[in-house]
Amino acid sequence: MVVPSLKLQDLIEEIRGARTQAQEREVIQKECAHIRASFRDGDPMLRHRQLTKLFYVHMLGYPAHFGQMECLKLIASSRFTDKRVGYLGAMLLLDERHEAHLLITNSIKNDLSQGIQPVQGLALCTLSTMGSAEMCRDLATEVEKLLLQPSPYVRKKAILTAVHMIRKVPELSNVFLPPCAKLLHERHHGKAVGLPILCFSSVDKRIENWMGTPAYRRRVAHTHRHTRSRLSCPWPPPFTSPTLTPGILLGTITLITELCERSPEALRHFRKVVPQLAQILRTLVTTGCSTEHSISGVSDPFLQVQILRLLRILGRNHEESSETMNDLLAQVATNTDTSRNAGNAVLFETVLTIMDIRSAAGLRVLAVNILGRFLHNSDRNIRYVALTSLLRLVQSDHSAVQRHRPTVVECLQETDASLSRRALELSLALVNGSNVRAMMQELQAFLESCPPDLRADCASGILLAAERFAPTKRWHIDTILHVLTTAGTHVRDDAVANLTQLIGGAQELHAYSVRRLYNALAEDISQQPLVQVAAWCIGEYGDLLLEGNFEEIEPLQVDEEEVLALLEKVLQSHMSLPATRGYALTALMKLSTRLRGDNNPIHQVVSMGLSFLPHPAVAHCHCHLHTTLAQPHPPGGVHLRELLGHGAAAAGCGV
Amino acid sequence: MIKFFLMVNKQGQTRLSKYYEHVDVNKRTLLETEVIKSCLSRSNEQCSFIEFKDFKLIYRQYAALFIVVGVNDTENEMAIYEFIHNFVEVLDEYFSRVSELDIMFNLDKVHIILDEMVLNGCIVETNRARILAPLLILDKMSES
Repeated sequence: MVVPSLKLQDLIEEIRGARTQAQEREVIQKECAHIRASFRDGDPMLRHRQLTKLFYVHMLGYPAHFGQMECLKLIASSRFTDKRVGYLGAMLLLDERHEAHLLITNSIKNDLSQGIQPVQGLALCTLSTMGSAEMCRDLATEVEKLLLQPSPYVRKKAILTAVHMIRKVPELSNVFLPPCAKLLHERHHGKAVGLPILCFSSVDKRIENWMGTPAYRRRVAHTHRHTRSRLSCPWPPPFTSPTLTPGILLGTITLITELCERSPEALRHFRKVVPQLAQILRTLVTTGCSTEHSISGVSDPFLQVQILRLLRILGRNHEESSETMNDLLAQVATNTDTSRNAGNAVLFETVLTIMDIRSAAGLRVLAVNILGRFLHNSDRNIRYVALTSLLRLVQSDHSAVQRHRPTVVECLQETDASLSRRALELSLALVNGSNVRAMMQELQAFLESCPPDLRADCASGILLAAERFAPTKRWHIDTILHVLTTAGTHVRDDAVANLTQLIGGAQELHAYSVRRLYNALAEDISQQPLVQVAAWCIGEYGDLLLEGNFEEIEPLQVDEEEVLALLEKVLQSHMSLPATRGYALTALMKLSTRLRGDNNPIHQVVSMGLSFLPHPAVAHCHCHLHTTLAQPHPPGGVHLRELLGHGAAAAGCGV
Repeated sequence: MIKFFLMVNKQGQTRLSKYYEHVDVNKRTLLETEVIKSCLSRSNEQCSFIEFKDFKLIYRQYAALFIVVGVNDTENEMAIYEFIHNFVEVLDEYFSRVSELDIMFNLDKVHIILDEMVLNGCIVETNRARILAPLLILDKMSES
C-alpha cells in the first residue's frame, strides 16, 4: 500500500512546519523517495506535478539529478503543461556538463519547426539558457529561420537566443549578421502586424475557436478587473502602431552589440546604421511615442540605455561616427527628466557614452557637470554611480573633474562604505602639486576616523601622494610621521625603508627628525613601523638628540639614561616584533660608539636584548657586532658603517 | 549581462533563484548565503550597489524579501535597479498585491514571468501587458 505522496502546496507547508534542519531533511527525503517511485511506475499524466515538487526541493539546495531523465520525457510529450514543466526542468537541472543535455536537441528541433508559438517560445528560452556549443551549432539554422517570422513574440526570443549562440560559438556571427540589418530596417518600413494564426494542437478546439471571440475578452476582463484596459487583446497582442515593434528592437540592439563586440568587421558594417539608431533614439526622447514601454515618464528607458551602449561601441575611436552623435547626445542629456530614477539611468548611460567616444570638448564638460550635479543628489545610488564615473574620467579630463573636488572631499564623510571607498580613490587621484597641502589635511583627518578596511589603502595613498607632490622635505617627513602615528599598523613594509632613506638624505633635518621621532616614540611604542624608524633614527643621530639645540621646537634636555630607558622599554615590550628588537639593538650598539659616557649600561641592555632574538643567526651577528664594538674603538665613520651594514644585512634588519 | 536573479528572505531562505551562467549546485547555497549576508549588513541609508567578488550586486528590499540581481561590469546599475522595480510591479499586477507566500506557492508562474522578461541574461520585455498575456492564457487553458 503506497502512501499517497503530497501535493506541492502540502509539501511546502510541511517543509515550513519543520522546526529543525534535520526535520526538514527528513521530510524532503521521504518525498524524494515518493517522487522516485512515481517516476518509475507512476501515472505519466501526473509526472509534471512530481517534477514541480522536485524543483522546489532543488531550489532549497537538495540534490535532484534523478529528475533529469524525466525532464526529457516531459519535453517529448505532446501536452503543453508537460512541455512547460519539462523545459523549466531542463533549465534548472541540466547543463552542458551532463551528457543528457544533448538528448533534448532533437526535441527542441522538432518544437522549433512545428510553428506553435508558445512551444517555440519555451524551446528558445531553454536553448538560450543552457544551450551548449554543439547544440547551438545544430540548431543555428532553425533559429535563423525564426528570426524572420512574422510573429514578434517568437522573434524577440529568437533574437536573444542568437545572442547566446554567438557567445558560445563565435563563428555563428556570420550566420546572424545579415538578418540584423533587415531587422532594423523592418522597423522603418514596419507594417501593422495583425493577429497571427496560432494553433495549439493539444488544446481543446473549443478554446481555440473561442479565443478570438468577444466572450473570451469579456471573461478575461472580468477576472482581472484592474487590467481590463490593458488586456483587451488576445495573445499575442497585435501591434497596431505602424512603426514599432519594441521588444524586437531591444533584442536586435542587443544582438548587434554582441556582434560588434566580437568582430571588427561587424563593427565596420554596423557603423553605417549609426544615423538610423540616432533617429530611433531621437524619436524616443522627443516625441515619447512608445507609451507602452514608458516608465515614470521616460519612454522605454531600457531601450534608450541599450542604444546608447551600442552607440558607445560604434563611436569609440571613430571620428566620423562620433561627430554624428554629438548633437543627439546633447539633446538626450538636456531633455531627459531627471526627477525619477529611470531618467537618471538614461542620463548616466549618456554620460558614459560621451566620455568614451571622440566627443566635442563642450560635450565632455557638459558630461562632467552632469556628474557633478549627481554628486549633490540626495539619493545615494546616484552619488555612487557619479563617483565611479568620475574615477574613470579623472585620467583623461583631469581639470574638469578638479572643479568638483570640494564635493568629492565632502563625500569622504559618507557613512556608506562603498561610497567612502570611491570618494577616497577619487580624492587620491585628484591630488596634484597645487592642492596637495589642503588635500593632505583632509585625507589625514579622514585617516583618523575611517573604517578599518579602508585604513591601509588610505595610508598608502597618502604616502604615495606625499612622495610625488611634497612641497618641502620637512612637510614630507611630518606627513609620514603623522601617518605612522595614526595608522602605523596598516602601512606597507617599504614605508619604513622609504622614510629612513628620506631622513638620511635630508641633512638639515636630522636634528628635527630625531627630535620628533623621539617624542612620538616616548608617547607610544606600539606602532611597529614608527618604533622601527624612531629606533633607527635615534641610533644614527642620537648625539644630535642629546645636544639639545633645536630651532623650532622648544628645547628639552634629553639625557642618555632617558634614551637608554626608552630603547630598553622597546626591547622588553611584548608588542615589539623581532625586527623591531633588531632595530633597537642596532641603535643601541651605534649609540655605544657615539655617546661619550660609560658604555656599561648599554652593554647590559644589549646582552639582555640579545636573549630576545629568536633566530640564532641574528643573535650570532649581533653578538659579533657587540664584541667588536665593545673593544676600544674610535667612532670611525665608514668602517663602522660597513661593519654594521654587513652584519645587519645578514641579520635582515635595517641599518 | 545578468548573471543571476535571486529572491531571498531575511532568514536566508531562497524563494526564487535563476542563474544565467552556470554555478554548481553546492556552490549556489553558499553564494546565496553570502549574498544575503552582505545585503542584510547594510542599513537603509546605504546605497543599493555592492561589489561582490567579480560581480556587482544590485538589491532592493520589499518588506521581508530581498531581490538581488548579480551583473557583470558592463551593465548600467541604475537601469537594473529600475528593472527590479518593474518586475515587482508585474508580480503585483498578476497576484494583486503580491506577498512572499504567493511567490512560494506559485513558483512556476513566477518563473514564467521572469522568463518573459529576461532571456539569457538580457532584458527582453518590460511591458506589463505583454509579459502577462501568455500567462493569463495558460491560466485559462488549465482552468477549463
